[in-house]
Amino acid sequence: MNLTLKIWRQKNASDKGKMVDYKVTDISPDMSFLEMLDVLNEQLINNDEEPVAFDHDCREGICGMCSLYINGEAHGPDRGVTTCQLHMRMFKDGDTITIEPFRATAFPVVKDLVVDRGAFDRIQHAGGFISVNTSGNTIDANAIPVNKHDADDAFSAATCIGCGACVASCKNSSAMLFVGAKVSQFALLPQGKIEATDRVLNMVKQMDEEGFGNCTNTGACEVECPKGISLENIARMNREYLSASLKG
Amino acid sequence: MSLDSKVPQGPIKDKWTDYKNHIDLVNPANKRNIDVIVVGTGLAGGSAAATLAELGYNVKAFCFQDSPRRAHSIAAQGGINAAKNYQGDGDSTYRLFYDTVKGGDYRSREANVYRLAEVSANIIDQCVAQGVPFAREYGGLLDNRSFGGVLVSRTFYAAGQTGQQLLLGAYSAMNRQIGRGKIKMYNRHEMLDVVKVDGKARGIITRNLITGEIERHSAHAVVLGTGGYGNVFFLSTNAMGSNVTAAWKAHKRGAYFANPCYTQIHPTCIPVSGDHQSKLTLMSESLRNDGRIWVPKHMKDVEAIKTGTLKPRELAEEDRDYYLERRYPAFGNLVPRDVASRAAKERCDAGFGVNATGEAVFLDFASAIQRYGKETAHVKGLDENDAVLVKKLGQEVIKNKYGNLFQMYEKIVDQDPYNTPMMIYPAVHYTMGGVWVDYNLMTTVPGLYCIGEANFSDHGANRLGASALMQGLADGYFVLPYTIGDYLSNDIRTGAISTDTKEFEEAEKEVREKLEFFVTNKGSHSVDYFHKKLGKIMWNKVGMSRNVKGLTEAIAEIKALRDQFWKEVKVPGTNEEFNEELAKAGRVADFLELGELFAKDALNREESCGGHFREDSVELDGEQKGEALRNDKDFAYVSAWEYKGEPSDAVLHKEELEFKDIELKQRSYK
Ligand SMILES: Cc1cc2nc3c(=O)[nH]c(=O)nc-3n(C[C@H](O)[C@H](O)[C@H](O)COP(=O)(O)OP(=O)(O)OC[C@H]3O[C@@H](n4cnc5c(N)ncnc54)[C@H](O)[C@@H]3O)c2cc1C
Ligand code: SF4
Ligand code: FES
Repeated sequence: MNLTLKIWRQKNASDKGKMVDYKVTDISPDMSFLEMLDVLNEQLINNDEEPVAFDHDCREGICGMCSLYINGEAHGPDRGVTTCQLHMRMFKDGDTITIEPFRATAFPVVKDLVVDRGAFDRIQHAGGFISVNTSGNTIDANAIPVNKHDADDAFSAATCIGCGACVASCKNSSAMLFVGAKVSQFALLPQGKIEATDRVLNMVKQMDEEGFGNCTNTGACEVECPKGISLENIARMNREYLSASLKG
Repeated sequence: MSLDSKVPQGPIKDKWTDYKNHIDLVNPANKRNIDVIVVGTGLAGGSAAATLAELGYNVKAFCFQDSPRRAHSIAAQGGINAAKNYQGDGDSTYRLFYDTVKGGDYRSREANVYRLAEVSANIIDQCVAQGVPFAREYGGLLDNRSFGGVLVSRTFYAAGQTGQQLLLGAYSAMNRQIGRGKIKMYNRHEMLDVVKVDGKARGIITRNLITGEIERHSAHAVVLGTGGYGNVFFLSTNAMGSNVTAAWKAHKRGAYFANPCYTQIHPTCIPVSGDHQSKLTLMSESLRNDGRIWVPKHMKDVEAIKTGTLKPRELAEEDRDYYLERRYPAFGNLVPRDVASRAAKERCDAGFGVNATGEAVFLDFASAIQRYGKETAHVKGLDENDAVLVKKLGQEVIKNKYGNLFQMYEKIVDQDPYNTPMMIYPAVHYTMGGVWVDYNLMTTVPGLYCIGEANFSDHGANRLGASALMQGLADGYFVLPYTIGDYLSNDIRTGAISTDTKEFEEAEKEVREKLEFFVTNKGSHSVDYFHKKLGKIMWNKVGMSRNVKGLTEAIAEIKALRDQFWKEVKVPGTNEEFNEELAKAGRVADFLELGELFAKDALNREESCGGHFREDSVELDGEQKGEALRNDKDFAYVSAWEYKGEPSDAVLHKEELEFKDIELKQRSYK
């Protein structure tokens, strides 16, 4: 396949940035989107130009490091996948593809397509944990039975990879799906119940301080989430938040 | 320097307890005056950082990703072992110990493995308390599965995403300590050297990957939890950023590098499809619990399948060669990884590979779907003879167990594994070699520790499934926090370590000069160009099976490639900015040195053991004819290499291995 790429280039956080056009040829449909960018970068380096910076690591759809806003969608046109698992067979010969970083006030651009998602970490520092010592002197694991449905729901919520697609695809740049997933995981488990009130209050407070917008129930986040994290988690977080506020 | 493993005296089952009873402790008030650097925030580094902070030390933690949560450990799929005997199938500390030593082909250190088995049960308790959502049964208790090479069900799992959940557990423990100010986290920072003062590790030099700033960080001890070096092969199942730099820099500063050639080739990966490929994807080995592995018996069927005139599903049972079940009736499809990998290569080398490149075998779920479908129909009182219904029910069971893996396969290969067998082939996966450490997990540099995949200690020449996660967490949560205390108890009066000394200055200068070299060299080839070439040499000559001729050639070729790299490498941009190519250049430079030592170590080891198959060391007759032949008389040692400049000058030290609690036997999975 031969393709035209329109890519956001921005030298660093303070640079203004602009779209630049590139051409790539001989792209195989079996390549992943990032492998296609590898081809472009090899070409740029050979022509003494600067390669395009983008984030990635596992290339297996699990680390959450890759991002990219492709043709107006976070992680591109395929459903339920991250950009590293998006394959070129989703495109046609001769296509023009627009590639931008995940844009949100809370995710400043580092360079080109790389953004800083540190805000997600800071939300976790505020309460994304269970306060248990790591001494190993805990009770036997099977002394805490968990109903299978709750365990499965907690697991589903816990599969969020922290990629930020939900924020990038939300018109308000809301982080509710991400935070909802984390709050839900712990709220569903007996171990997490004890601190539930503080946890949800602290995490939501930090989320607001980071400059994420509010949720207006558009649901774009759920559609673009590569891990199928459901809106149910936002609802659960809201319930947790409400009852915590009443208590608090 | 002679190698002292510092294994405590006494019966194996008491060693760890006795050890803990006799080490020096640091008083909590003094811990506040002690700084520890932890490089790496995977399962090993993350759990260590959290625990050390919990104990009261001041921890500085580093990773090159944008968040600790993205460390390569996140990708582990299958599960984590622990001797809990929840299933009542006879598991015990001893049995886990035995299986691990045997699985490692008797090339691991008994005392370390016993300790690992001993603390394993605790890991599960700890993780559950932290909210790790392991798979559960309907009664609310934890579920288990079994893994390649063992006969009990001791593997705990969270669908096919166990590593993710365990890492998020360690990450959450870290977050708690970061929130309390006990860990200072440095994301997107790469460690580029270790700094020694008076012979002891006292700090590191890092590069801020966003600004390019070179920084000095000091501490009373340095811990490396920087993962494995499988990417020396370019293509592997490792994350793209995984590298050997931290371990290699430690090696250059005096840490011996042990068993570099011990590499695990994992049997169930998605085959290579073309030259464009940047990495290989693992399909969890848990799939082998239900999938049957085969190739056609007859060459004409191989051709027909390759050209698409015959669908794999249509090939009659009697025309299929279930070669693992045929060769290893006792373990069948569940033989250890090295055995399964070699058997696949043997069939493909003989021409029976089923994809276009001839390097793939089938992993087939049809009979499992049948079996589960019938069982479910029976349980639900439905018609067991309704083929459509049985298939549907069976597929649902398979989907519950492996859904995300099947989805991943379909995305990559564009085929539906519920209806046609998967194609798999072995790929480089895990490195059992690494920095040499003693029982305390300390390297040959005082104050420098190494944990997790980056060290060599527990797995021997082969690693059983689900034991890397166990080792990473055991090291980080339960072993290092004790052993490091013993060392740090001598440092309570040292006070803060200054970074304004000539040692820091010199180390920083060396780091700067190398970075400057890269951005000013203006050569003609990209970093990847060299990395791919290195990978090809490694895979063809130092890969799944090795011989003297190939290894000798590889050593010369790697050396030549390294010379070319230093002349012709081209790195765009500058040092003072976010520059991924520059970061890669440093990593590949280190791989080019490690690769040579790797081949040298492989040449030295004139035996087949575990993941390491020497063509000149095979059983010549008897029941085991054609299988790998180990040589305990001459090679029951750990090879620990001392740095002397060029890799070819490295000096070999041997740690003789003692097996007092387990009898050395040739492995047999027949
Ligand atoms: C696809 C896959 C599936 C697997 N499945 C299983 C399984 O089911 N069961 C099992 O037991 N094992 C499994 N393994 C193996 C296991 O995941 C790894 O061995 C283990 O997670 C390694 O953990 P670690 O903490 O030692 O290193 P890693 O998780 O690799 O962490 C390395 C850390 O070091 C940091 N780092 C590295 N170099 C530097 C540097 N120079 N400067 C700063 N930071 C640095 C990185 O940022 C990272 O934080 C699997 C591996 C893979 C690839
Ligand atoms: S909720 Fe989904 S989209 Fe948002 S960070 Fe998690 S995985 Fe990514
Ligand atoms: S690179 Fe890890 S999710 Fe895409």
